[in-house]
Amino acid sequence: MTLRLICCLCFFLAAPLSAENSVPDPAPAHPELRPVLDDFGGMPGLTALMDTFMEIMLEDPRLRPFFEHTENDRIKRQLAEQFCVILGGDCVYTGRDMVESHNGSIIDRADFNALVEDLQIAMDRHNIPFRSQNKLLAILAPMHREVITPKAE
Amino acid sequence: MSCRSLSRTALIAMAIVLYCHTPLHAQTVDAPAGLSGKLLLTGGVTQVEGSAGGGLTPWAVIGGYGSEDQIGANAYYTRVDVSDYGLDSYGVLVGFYDRFEISLARQRFDTQRIGAALGLGSGFEFEQDIVGLKWRVAGDAVVEQDSWLPQISIGLQHKRNKQGDIVRAVGAQDSSGTDVYISATKLYLAQSLLLNGTLRFTKANQMGILGFGGDRRDSYRAQLEMSAAYLLSRQLAIGAEYRSKPNNLGIADEDDWWDVFLAWAPNKHVSMTLAYVDLGNIVIADDQTGYYFSLQGGF
Ligand code: HEM
Repeated sequence: MTLRLICCLCFFLAAPLSAENSVPDPAPAHPELRPVLDDFGGMPGLTALMDTFMEIMLEDPRLRPFFEHTENDRIKRQLAEQFCVILGGDCVYTGRDMVESHNGSIIDRADFNALVEDLQIAMDRHNIPFRSQNKLLAILAPMHREVITPKAE
Repeated sequence: MSCRSLSRTALIAMAIVLYCHTPLHAQTVDAPAGLSGKLLLTGGVTQVEGSAGGGLTPWAVIGGYGSEDQIGANAYYTRVDVSDYGLDSYGVLVGFYDRFEISLARQRFDTQRIGAALGLGSGFEFEQDIVGLKWRVAGDAVVEQDSWLPQISIGLQHKRNKQGDIVRAVGAQDSSGTDVYISATKLYLAQSLLLNGTLRFTKANQMGILGFGGDRRDSYRAQLEMSAAYLLSRQLAIGAEYRSKPNNLGIADEDDWWDVFLAWAPNKHVSMTLAYVDLGNIVIADDQTGYYFSLQGGF
């Protein structure tokens, strides 16, 4: 009985996940998060945050390999733009989509989580309230689908 | 006395914690490449029967800090001290690829003075061993923030009580039994809130400490268990849990359990949980309230 219930449940739950076609917006605007942008100190705060974030990643043996030969000034600028747009700021994201940005590297779930950790450490250092950090991370988290390299079956 | 073996277990747990706690890298990183790929506290803590979860109830999370291509493991020691009884629980678990969890646990329930009143002798102890298995069947509690689908796992806990004659004398039908459960866990990041619901099918009396099945009823019953945790920081969570229980034995009513807790994980190698628990009536002793302390070490 239980097993049948579970099977039905899984089937039912799997259905909406398969409806996916174009690449999702890398910078979906959330005007309601404007107060969160203020907690980040607006665009100047985000720019300063990215300096710290990149510094931490370059010190982290788990992430250094990904960023030691990249154009980090550009990546930092694009990240600040992306976060600014997401948090309802009057900015424009000029970078590539999340698939194109990441399909040059092989990225797994542990790499993804490591980057989130370093971002959290950077946000802590900039005294961004934990609840505001989480509101941003809630929008970024689903991007794992584009960022993490699909497993070859 | 069991004190010696107990303190030995505690010492081993401490040694593991201390060993793992040696500074791995500057304050920033507490996990080397290839290990502990999960985010802090997202593997939960270890519940009183040895599975990853909250304090009283298993969650859908896979224990240990191993992410998709990694293995994680931890050891725990838990002490519950309520008005008339004490419970020690300790064990180990291994999580494979954030998919599968296997756990081993031992519980020792000290009847203290009530033992004498029951004619068992003061300080009489019930002991049981538990083997747990858990399989993540769907979802991801952490990253699927734009989906309503929680992480779902199914699991079992096979329990063997070592005081077979005594649990049968109080009316239990069996000295061993297997609980089967399905858990759904979801982190609502934008709210900094984690919710879990578990449906457990069980015949166990007081988790199995008083055996399985009873004179009143000897069939599997569905029990609901719920946890809510609010994240205060990456390292700190507060929350509450509720666990409903069957009522199979004629000699004593069995009450539902609840607790409020504080869980602290300074890094990925150690966590501590402190709770206030209310276990209700346990055999002739009402209002069993007290504290719960749990220490966990691993990777
Ligand atoms: C939700 C998480 C992430 C977000 C929002 C994000 C965002 C970005 C953005 C905005 C860029 C610049 C886009 C452009 O070049 O136009 C970028 C580039 C890059 N990201 Fe990510 N990223 C994420 C996760 C990761 C992870 C987990 C890794 C690896 C561990 C990673 C590695 C890189 C690398 C290496 C580049 C530079 C690519 C190049 O210039 O060739 N990213 N990312």
